[in-house]
Amino acid sequence: MTDTSSLQAALAHHGLTRRDFLKFCSALTTLLALPGNAAAQIAASLWRKPKPPVVYLEFQDCAGCTESLLRSPSPTIAQIVLSDVSLNYHETIMAAAGKQAEEAKQQTIREGGYLLMVEGSIPVGTRAACCIGGRSAVDLLKEAAAKAAAIVSVGNCACFGNIPAADPNPTGAVGVWDVVSGVSIVNMAGCPPNPANLAALVAHFITFRDLPKMDNLNRPLFAYGGRIHDYCERRAHFDAGRYVEAWGDEGHRLGWCLYKMGCKGPATFHNCPSIRWNLATSWPVGAGHGCVGCSEIRFWDRMTPFYERLPEAAVIHTKVDLNSIAKWMAVASAAGVAGHAVGSSIRGKLRSRDERKKQQGETREK
Amino acid sequence: MAKIVVDPITRIEGHLRIEAQVDGGRVADAWSSSTMFRGIEIILKGRDPRDAWLFTQRICGVCTMVHAGASVRAVENALGIAVPPNAQLIRQLILGAQTIQDHVIHFYHLSALDWVDAVNALQADPAKTAATAQSISEWPQSSATYFRGVQQKLKALADSGQLSILTNGYWGHPAYRLPPEVNLIAVAHYLEALDWQRRFIQVHAILGAKNPHPQTYLVGGVARPVDLSSQAALNDHDLAKMRELFREAAELVNQLYLPDLKAIASFYPEWTGYGAGVGNYLAYGDYPETVTGRYAEEAPSFFLPGGVIFQRQLDKLQPVDPGKITEYVTHSWYRYPDEGHGRQPIDGITDPHYTGPEPPYDFLKTDGKYSWIKAPRYEERPMEVGPLARMLVAYAAGHQKVRALTGQVLQDLKLDTTALFSTLGRHAARCLETVLLAGKMEDLLDRLSTSIGHGDLRIHNNEYWDPASWPKEASGHGTLEAPRGALGHWIRIKDRKILNYQAVVPSTWNGGPRDAAGQRGPYEAALVGTPVADPERPLEILRTIHSFDPCMACAVHLLDLRGRWRHAVRVV
Repeated sequence: MTDTSSLQAALAHHGLTRRDFLKFCSALTTLLALPGNAAAQIAASLWRKPKPPVVYLEFQDCAGCTESLLRSPSPTIAQIVLSDVSLNYHETIMAAAGKQAEEAKQQTIREGGYLLMVEGSIPVGTRAACCIGGRSAVDLLKEAAAKAAAIVSVGNCACFGNIPAADPNPTGAVGVWDVVSGVSIVNMAGCPPNPANLAALVAHFITFRDLPKMDNLNRPLFAYGGRIHDYCERRAHFDAGRYVEAWGDEGHRLGWCLYKMGCKGPATFHNCPSIRWNLATSWPVGAGHGCVGCSEIRFWDRMTPFYERLPEAAVIHTKVDLNSIAKWMAVASAAGVAGHAVGSSIRGKLRSRDERKKQQGETREK
Repeated sequence: MAKIVVDPITRIEGHLRIEAQVDGGRVADAWSSSTMFRGIEIILKGRDPRDAWLFTQRICGVCTMVHAGASVRAVENALGIAVPPNAQLIRQLILGAQTIQDHVIHFYHLSALDWVDAVNALQADPAKTAATAQSISEWPQSSATYFRGVQQKLKALADSGQLSILTNGYWGHPAYRLPPEVNLIAVAHYLEALDWQRRFIQVHAILGAKNPHPQTYLVGGVARPVDLSSQAALNDHDLAKMRELFREAAELVNQLYLPDLKAIASFYPEWTGYGAGVGNYLAYGDYPETVTGRYAEEAPSFFLPGGVIFQRQLDKLQPVDPGKITEYVTHSWYRYPDEGHGRQPIDGITDPHYTGPEPPYDFLKTDGKYSWIKAPRYEERPMEVGPLARMLVAYAAGHQKVRALTGQVLQDLKLDTTALFSTLGRHAARCLETVLLAGKMEDLLDRLSTSIGHGDLRIHNNEYWDPASWPKEASGHGTLEAPRGALGHWIRIKDRKILNYQAVVPSTWNGGPRDAAGQRGPYEAALVGTPVADPERPLEILRTIHSFDPCMACAVHLLDLRGRWRHAVRVV
């Protein structure tokens, strides 16, 4: 007999909801048993035509993820949409409109076996907060997901709700995986996701006809497997205790560590330092501004205020006591350890707005 | 009268629905509805004003950065912060680059397919295409071999039976007028511009870490250090790279965009007679030539001046006063205590009240409330904002470069200034503005280089960085000329937190519904009289709507002055 009360108590003790637990179980199932079968299914259904069909839906979005995709280094967006896949529906760039656009989508859905890409969150509270062709986002997503071979949530809004879901989440916005089940979902986190990662994912599909290996938040390891802090070009300065103290000071000009200016690199899993942005030109820390943690779940609530240093911001992915981290951080030799401790647990507890405010108040009083 | 619906309007940012009554082959009346909202201004309440720009930047990812720029200006205005010249110039370079890139993408990737029959390009003769291309431009990629290669790519796509983004386009529609050779030129340049935009936007990475959503703004300046003697700061490498990117952009704008615009426009002269709209224009102005660090003081020196024009009277330019702006909700899904009057943004109320049909629905109730956008008015009148408004205001202000450029293009197309008040006029103005800005970027870069070269390394004013230094209460606003037009942010700060935030955005001005007096918004007014050859395939509606370059995520701004939002929104 399952003792649900003690399971719930144990989850509560760790700051996890039942939903977190179920997601963890499904991720584990995928890791343990499914890859071969899923891969075969995806390959069989997506490649019935010469080019895999793609339906790209936009809901509560800013189109920033689409713009990011347009900046793709290689394969380029032209290569992707003209040669690699058949992008049968994408509101921002498709030629057809209105009825003809909807028909293109319906035809693809009828035939089944397409890759569904989604940008933007889905309002499940106020359903009229996102309607296309007179239909609600929830309705449109469920319809398109039902016959999709796999789903890619493009960007943090589709992954986790992101900014529309930031406290107080006025429209009841959620991510795709909160609405859809029974189909593989890849979360390409980031606000926006790096186009190099989107391109790499497309290349992975085409080359291996399979999903990449993913972490517990369904984020591919090739892009989200390492902590920013661990691959940061400024890490040596962190280790040596050389910090930027004020914007534009000598340390800032010399590229010292931005931890004291609020950098969230120690709590963020993303490959920005390795692949950089816009044809590998730069990235936030490289250009002098701290990381804001944009690939992390609910970063608008957990990583803010953005300019307060990590242990003081109510944002951390951890069960470790904040005070103890602060103590560790005070000891130069233990600094690296603190960084690792910050990101060590699976899913942090999401603090309420009130707790956050209270903590901010306490911080100010210090 | 038959009512037709176009939803989704594609090739725009966001979710826009047009309902139109068509009578005798023309639009007799039209309703513009935004069908998505998020509530970012509500989410901002109670947060650190220094964080606001990161939130507001996510209002839009197409005109990314404009809401960051307006936000830091609003907070700086509220707190009386002057930003250092280097920061001011870096921000202007980011804005200029954004506008150039945005306009080129709009022309080739969002609007060209309204005029260009891509599938018809398969019929083109590559040799004749090359001759045509060489007759209108000195762009080097213009050989018959080159155009044959593009045509073969297109043929491969058509032969595959999987048309991808061209699926179900209006190919063969009688309103398409270009010869196959011009269609092929446009398809080739669609691909070239697509490749160029991702290289050009490296400017944003150099100055602001990345694009979309550059990450370098700070209340009080920017986070990009400058130091010619450091490998970790903006240095000679960066200055040289930007110069190369600006020159390449100027070449593309002058040798592709402008000649293509003129070539395509010359086949559609009747479209200078459609789409005029409300005839009132508003610009705040931007790009100060004199840098004091306090944006509001710099207005007299704006390279693109601000001003207001009513009823197309170019000889009666008036100064712009943000205090004359009000917003109506008579036809928007919000409530006011008195909906017969508009409210100023700083005293605005957003009390959402969805009274539309429950989805799925066929038609909106257009005699009542029908959009998530409010209806902004200036002196009670609907105003068009955007490149056309900016160019008309500059023209009216006697801006010599704008007058010379406009005169040249009108002369080439054998048109007079009245042609500007139209669907094609908007495209022409956008292109002229791009030419103007592409010629301005090196000047801005020179000013930044000179400043850094003279040893000024300041990028941030730290004086008011610590919220403890702020007054108990403060309020202010920031304006900015975004690619799509006049943008304003208003903020109230209390106890170091955001008490209230509001944005009045270009597509709110242009895409808003009717007001209490029943005056149509600019999209709606512009559609009246637009021909519709085939109501089943309303290509012409797209032409006029696209000429505004809609950005609907921007347009829906929401604010809650008294925290009532959460209780007012119900599951519908």
